[in-house]
Amino acid sequence: MSRFMSIIRRDLHLAMRQGMDSLMVVAFFVIAVVLFPFGVGPEPNILARIAPGVIWVAALLSSMLSLERLFQADFEDGSLELLALQPVALEITVMAKVCVHWLTTGLPLIIAAPLLAVLMNLPEDGFRVLLIALLLGTPTLSLIGAIGAALILGSRRGGILLSLLVLPLYIPVLIFGVSAVDAVIGGFSDKPQLLILSGILVAALALCPWAGAAAVRQGLE
Amino acid sequence: MFHRFANPTRFLRFAAVVQPWIAWITVILFAVGLYLGLLASPADYQQGETVRMMYVHVPSAWMALFCYSGLAIACAVALIWKHPLADLAAKATAPIGASFTFLALVTGSLWGKPMWSTWWVWDARLTSMLVLFFLYLGYMALNNAFDDPGRGAKSSSILALVGFVNVPIIKFSVDWWNTLHQPASVVKMGGPAIHASILAPLLVMSVAFTTYYLWVLLIRIRREVTANKVHALQMRQASRRGQ
Repeated sequence: MSRFMSIIRRDLHLAMRQGMDSLMVVAFFVIAVVLFPFGVGPEPNILARIAPGVIWVAALLSSMLSLERLFQADFEDGSLELLALQPVALEITVMAKVCVHWLTTGLPLIIAAPLLAVLMNLPEDGFRVLLIALLLGTPTLSLIGAIGAALILGSRRGGILLSLLVLPLYIPVLIFGVSAVDAVIGGFSDKPQLLILSGILVAALALCPWAGAAAVRQGLE
Repeated sequence: MFHRFANPTRFLRFAAVVQPWIAWITVILFAVGLYLGLLASPADYQQGETVRMMYVHVPSAWMALFCYSGLAIACAVALIWKHPLADLAAKATAPIGASFTFLALVTGSLWGKPMWSTWWVWDARLTSMLVLFFLYLGYMALNNAFDDPGRGAKSSSILALVGFVNVPIIKFSVDWWNTLHQPASVVKMGGPAIHASILAPLLVMSVAFTTYYLWVLLIRIRREVTANKVHALQMRQASRRGQ
């Protein structure tokens, strides 16, 4: 556990030193959403109708954008090998990396989301459920993304490949995240969608570190 | 049986014997299936002649799923037992499966134009087939993304297994999404239960598609084994020249 915390502390320190990186993700998130009113027109009803989907898709893309850094920097300067040599399971190390990824991208996205919901004219009932759905969904995105980030270690054309690997696997989270918000706006209960999102998160928590560690091992061979 | 064919030479000998048989069976089955499907079976009273599209469309959709299961099993075998042939089989299966998926999507789209008067609807089945197609593409892209082919094989094996776990989840979520967003406006295949005159060519065609897959799979595996040999010879020659 102390090793787990020390990896988190180390990576958070590194992220703080290069503070701009984490802000860039949020900036991308905001800009990507702001483009939509220009694309579909400023009609408030249309914006309100597409707001949950647009915010979720932008969150998906910005979470994916920072995935490439997850293992790549440590892989290049060799510290990933030292991390793998630690007397703890590699799964724990991967889990710590995922936590840091969520803290530096998922959490800022959730903080920025209400602002974007206002800009996109999302009905007020939807705010609370949008945040809860993002809170349940973004950790799953980081967990699934970690597998992809580990798989592309040492490959040619890593970043563009990552999107092809990871985005199809993100679809379930997107569907339930959006439909939870849509359900509340339409006057229904959001409980089934949120329960399914939590179920996906629990399954991902159990399986993804394991697959991610296997992928890191292949990368280090 | 399983470990017997870990030796490529033994496998090549086996494949050389089996391949002509599979080829002939495939040709005969296709001839019978196409005759039954295109000439002997009646046109549908609602769909007219377009129903014949089904004899290609349904088997390719089945094969798309069948190939992905085969791919996942081959990848699991390759990761667990490091069976050399399983890697080759997985690598050889992926393009075939992707082609079947593509064929299912294209024939479905061609059938949809006269029937639903649109090339594409975001129907649950179409959408999950499209996602399956992307999973195939991701597998093939990752397999080719490394300078060391062994590393590509291992990484993409993990991806195939992760994708295999995800396929039912994606299918379920797409079904959910579709019922939420769209009322059931789509024409269902159902109506009266399938009549024997349609079922017979359909079954013959699906067996034909399966043997066709086995045939192409053998050709591709033999090609991979030979390519590996050529690669090894080239490497040896290059190192000898370097000394």
